[in-house]
Formats: sequence, C-alpha cells, structure tokens
Amino acid sequence: MSTLSVEEKIRRNEENLILSVQDLHTSFFTDSGEVKAVNGVSFNLGKGKILGVVGESGSGKSVTAYSIMQILADTGRVVGGKILYKGRNLLDFSKKEMDAFRGDKCSIIFQDPMTSLNPVFTVGYQLNEALRLHTNYKTKEAATQRSIELLKMVGVNEPEKRIHQYPYEHSGGMRQRVMIAMALACEPDILIADEPTTALDVTIQAQILELMKDLQKQLGMAIILVTHDLGVIASMCDEIIVMYGGRVCERGTADDIFYNPCHEYTKGLLRSIPNVDNMKEKLVPISGTPINLLNMPKGCAFCPRCDNAMKICLEEVPPEMQMPDGHYASCWLNVKKQMEGVSADE
Amino acid sequence: MSEQNNKSEYLVEVNDLKMYFPVKTGFMKTIPLKAVDGVSFTIKPGETLGLVGESGCGKTTVGRTLLRLYKPTGGEFRFNGELVTDKNITPLRKQMQMVFQDPYSSLNPRMTVEDIIGEPLDVHKLYSNRAERREKILHLMELVGLNAEHATRYAHEFSGGQRQRIGIARALAVDPKFIVCDEPVSALDVSIQAQVINMFEELQEKLGVAYLFIAHDLLVVHHISNRIAVMYLGRIVEIADADELNDHPIHPYTLSLLSAVPVPDPRTARKSQRIILEGDVPSPLRMPSGCPFRTRCRYATEQCANECPSLTDRGGGHMVACWNK
Ligand SMILES: Nc1ncnc2c1ncn2[C@@H]1O[C@H](COP(=O)(O)OP(=O)(O)OP(=O)(O)O)[C@@H](O)[C@H]1O
Ligand SMILES: Nc1ncnc2c1ncn2[C@@H]1O[C@H](COP(=O)(O)OP(=O)(O)OP(=O)(O)O)[C@@H](O)[C@H]1O
Ligand SMILES: [Mg+2]
Ligand SMILES: [Mg+2]
Repeated sequence: MSTLSVEEKIRRNEENLILSVQDLHTSFFTDSGEVKAVNGVSFNLGKGKILGVVGESGSGKSVTAYSIMQILADTGRVVGGKILYKGRNLLDFSKKEMDAFRGDKCSIIFQDPMTSLNPVFTVGYQLNEALRLHTNYKTKEAATQRSIELLKMVGVNEPEKRIHQYPYEHSGGMRQRVMIAMALACEPDILIADEPTTALDVTIQAQILELMKDLQKQLGMAIILVTHDLGVIASMCDEIIVMYGGRVCERGTADDIFYNPCHEYTKGLLRSIPNVDNMKEKLVPISGTPINLLNMPKGCAFCPRCDNAMKICLEEVPPEMQMPDGHYASCWLNVKKQMEGVSADE
Repeated sequence: MSEQNNKSEYLVEVNDLKMYFPVKTGFMKTIPLKAVDGVSFTIKPGETLGLVGESGCGKTTVGRTLLRLYKPTGGEFRFNGELVTDKNITPLRKQMQMVFQDPYSSLNPRMTVEDIIGEPLDVHKLYSNRAERREKILHLMELVGLNAEHATRYAHEFSGGQRQRIGIARALAVDPKFIVCDEPVSALDVSIQAQVINMFEELQEKLGVAYLFIAHDLLVVHHISNRIAVMYLGRIVEIADADELNDHPIHPYTLSLLSAVPVPDPRTARKSQRIILEGDVPSPLRMPSGCPFRTRCRYATEQCANECPSLTDRGGGHMVACWNK
C-alpha cells in the first residue's frame, strides 16, 4: 500500500466509492416557514459496505434518504450540495435517468411494510410488476419464476402459495421479507433501509438483519441502514454517521464511534442507553428537549442541551475536524483541545 | 397459606390467570382466543417485575386483566392479601394504576395538564378545597420533573417525554402501591428514554411503589427490574431474578430472545452468536398442542406435543416451564 502514489490512492478510493453525498441541504417550504431538515450533510458510501445512520428523531435521517432517491414530499426540495453516484451528480439527472436509477440501481425499504405494499394486489402481482418494469424478466412466466426465487432467497416458506396471497395475509415479519424481496428484485447497487426492523419483534428482527447481511455479502450491494437503535448499528455497520439537527455531528467506523466518541451528543447518547455493564448504575440522560427545526440556534444545534457548551458554540456552527484516530467530528471542544495542545507544545 | 392470614409478604399474587376473548370465525360461530392462559406470579411491595415477550403474547392483556379492564376468564388475583373481584375493584383502583404505552393518544389533547392530573383526585375526592387540589397537582408535577408553570398548558403542547411524565403524574395522583407500566418508554426517543427510566426508579425509591413493567426492550427491562418474567403465547415460560435470567437463561425461548437482542457494543456483537428462531409465532387461534413453543424449538420431543410443561423451580426461585432443559 505504502508504495502507491497519492494520486493512485485517491483514484482507488474513488473507484471504491459508490455514493458520495457532499454538503447536502434539503428544505421544506411550509406555511410556518422554511424547515431546514437537512443542513449540510456529507458522507461516503463504499461499494458493498454497510453505512449506519443514527440520530435523534427528527434529525433528518429519512429526509437524507429521500433526498438521495428524490422522493421528497411536494413541499420539499434539495437546495444545495451534490449527490454523486459513481462520480455523477444525481441532481443533474433527467427524470428518465432518475427513474432508471430508482428502478435499477437503488432501492428503498420503508419502515412500515403495510403502507408500502399495495393491499389490493397479491404479493406475486406486485413483485411481477416490479420485475417486468425494471429487469429483463419481461414475460409473466419468467417474472413469476423469478418472484418465487426471490421470495425463497429472503426465507419465505412455500413461495408458490405465498405469491397468490394478499399482504394482510402475511405476518409483519413476512411482509418485511416481501418488501426486501421487492427491493432486491432489480439487484440494486445500493439498498436504503429506513428503520427496516423497528416495527418487528426482536427474534424476527434478528432474522431480517441476518438476512440483510447475507444478501449484502452474496450480492455485494451497499446498504444505508437508518435506525435509532444503537444495538442494530453496532451489530451491522462498517461505518456510522451520527446526525443531530439536520447535520452530521460525527462519522467514523463503528469502533471509533462506540469506543472513542468525540461529539457531546454521541457521548450523551451512549451514556443514556442501558448496556450490559451499566445495569447497576443510574443512566445518564441527555438533558433538555429535542430541537425545534423552526427555531434553530445560530451555532451548534446541540449546544442548548450540551453540558460543556462554550460561548462560541452559541455563535458559530462547528467545523468538521479529523480526530487523531482518523474519524470526523464537528464540535468546538475538539477545536479548543487541539489549540490548547498546540500552544502547550510551543 | 395466605388463605388463613390476610397479611402476605406479597403485594400482588396472581394465580392461574386466564383471559380468553371470543373471536367470530363464521356465522354464529365463535372460538376462544387464549390471550392469557394460566399465568401465575407474585410481586412484593416496592419491587419491579419485568414482563417481556413477543408482540401478541399477552403482556398488555395481563396488565389490563389485573386492573379488571377485562373480566378474567379464570384464575385469581390477590392484592395485599385481598381477593380482587368486581365488587371491590373500584376502591382498589386507588391503589392500582396503569401507565399506557402511547403518550400521544393516551392523554386528551384538549385538557390542561392541571385537569389531567386532577381528574383522579376528583374521582376519588382526595382534597377538601380548591387550594389543596392545586397544591397536590403542583407537588405531583414536581415529583415527575415537570415545570409547575406549565400547569395550565394543554397536553398537545408537550413533547413525548413530557407527556409520559404527565401520564405518570396522573397515575401517582391517588398514591398507588402498584402501577402497571405498559411499554412506558417505547414511544420515546432514545435520548429521552433514560430520563423517564430514571424517574421510575427514583419514584420507587421515594414512594415504595411496585411495578409490573412491560416492555419489549430487554436491556431496558433488565435495567429497571428486580425479577423478569418471559411470556410466550399466553404463558410464562421462565421467571427469575433479573441478573440470573440474563446470565443463566434456561428456557430455549429465553435463550433465543436474549441472543437476538442487538447489544450496543461492536466488539461483543462481532463475537456473539445469534440463535435464529425459525418461523413466526403461531396464531393464538391455532395454538399447537402441548408446549406452545415446540413448533419453533430445536429441542422439541414427542412429549412436548402431548403435554404442556408447567413452571418448576430450578433453584433459588428460578422457574422454568420446559420438558427438556
Ligand atoms: N413533508 C414535510 N414537511 C415539513 N417538514 C418535514 C416534512 N418531512 C419531514 N419534515 C421535517 O424534517 C425533519 C427531519 O425529518 P426526518 O423524517 O428526516 O427525521 P428522522 O431523523 O427520520 O426522524 P425519525 O427518527 O423520527 O424517523 C423533521 O423535523 C420533520 O418534522
Ligand atoms: N380486546 C381484544 N379482543 C380480542 N382479542 C384481543 C383483544 N385484546 C388483545 N387480543 C389478542 O390477544 C392477544 C394478546 O394481545 P396483547 O395486546 O395482550 O399482546 P401484547 O403482548 O401486549 O403485544 P404487543 O407487544 O404487541 O403490545 C393477541 O393475539 C391479540 O390480538
Ligand atoms: Mg425517519
Ligand atoms: Mg401490548
């Protein structure tokens, strides 16, 4: 590795990237004003990697996902930044190109499988339609054959019977499997899973997570896994981004985030959850109330709830800074620490 | 033994509780849905019993049947040694309360906080004048960490965590000895959950209330409970001290449940082996014969299909219902 030139390294890194989101801004234009739901989000997704997105409710996780797919509500619009898919900006795609992207390259699994499956059509019909629209399985026979294969792959038993059933005839776990089968129908490069297991029981959740991991290995697709469950994140993800108030406050590998958190929100989050080794201790909650996007502080979004806030935190948005272990965090305390370190050296 | 003397060491004694719902399966035909099918447990004063299990296994029904929001099909419930019946439930409700899962729909948005918390005070006539009523309400708000200045605000003006506090203040208004908490933190954001869990723990230390704490997050349940009961399809399959249950689970269902919990720790997660259960929970309308878990159990034998195992003590009050483990 060390013998490679910098240019060569950069070229390789870029080649391994499938998606690069750069300074994304998405707003909703509502009666009560502009809601800046996503406020400068950047991250990279490597080929075949699993990226976890965690964060407070309302921090912009789903809106980030919807911005990539360009399936925002009518009032919503990407107002800045770039979303590069294999180096090309999705925001410059024509409608036709975007339809192709959504159909063939990138799929999404929504939180509630009941709302995203059409209740009046059989599962088989819905799978067939997706296949005939987006893949080479054009005939009814070929599509049906493929549907059965897909259902088998996601662990639905007796798929030959299941394709004739309606969504309500399936349990929650089954429906989520059908959703995954639909998402996989076109063999996407990227699978976005927005809280794919939140509505499910733990034992069913374990089945679905295991399945997603297997498929990711088998098919080599990249996954963006949105969840508020730090347990799910810890057991699934290579890389993690932590969001707060429409911004990324910290990003790095799972180990960086869990064992060396460098943003006060991440630290607070980890302290506040029950874990195997704090069963006998009081939990340490994050004080204060969640943010109101219509009334954002000028500086760091987390500063009203931060115990270590400084004057500058109120005034200015903290810059993203690389930590000694290589991961990134946006917190003025790190800047301060570094400057103190520098002046102490002098 | 508790028959003779009314004073028992237990606040809550539940014996073979059954709750069947009639379900229509066709014209003039109904069959019983056995939501709770022979559940027994005890809770001491000031103790927390956690109740876990998959969706639909009957946790909420247990709680609601105890408070007699449903009339039980069978079994008995003694509260403080006294057999609970339709006749004495009204005065007993002053000592038993329930906190509901969803802080958004369980409070009337058009009522002020003051009126919501004041309602049980009115019902049970727990004050002699307006000033005392108000004083009690403000005291309750302080207890659960709500700002007294917000007493005249409406429920819809509060966040989820704050609403859950209002619901708890209302439950505490009658000074209960026992509260059924049905998934009280599930609807809350992670950063708010810890505040509410701490509040439950502090209230218990201060007031000595006992909880039946229903939740699907096993780490939360472990944190708050002294003992934990694991339910599967209307029955308790294992019940033990919280640490004991987590360190030495015995029932195959408990084992897979615990192994399925994603731990928020990447190194542990990389090492841990999940026991993936095959298939879904059977429909409670088409219950398997014998042990209800046998259709998903890898140790199932013929005996399991013939006869349902009952809870037996495996030492130190660690109770398990399994033929093979
Ligand atoms: N159609 C819309 N109109 C106005 N505001 C919206 C709309 N959709 C989302 N928002 C706002 O954008 C912000 C980000 O929402 P988003 O759904 O991305 O949150 P999230 O991080 O996915 O939260 P959760 O964990 O609760 O799913 C929220 O404050 C939300 O209220
Ligand atoms: N009022 C009712 N009438 C008929 N059936 C009911 C009623 N209430 C509950 N049930 C059924 O009884 C069973 C147990 O339901 P219950 O709500 O107690 O489960 P739970 O363990 O609380 O589940 P969850 O974790 O989803 O809240 C389910 O099969 C449910 O459909
Ligand atoms: Mg969301
Ligand atoms: Mg319930």
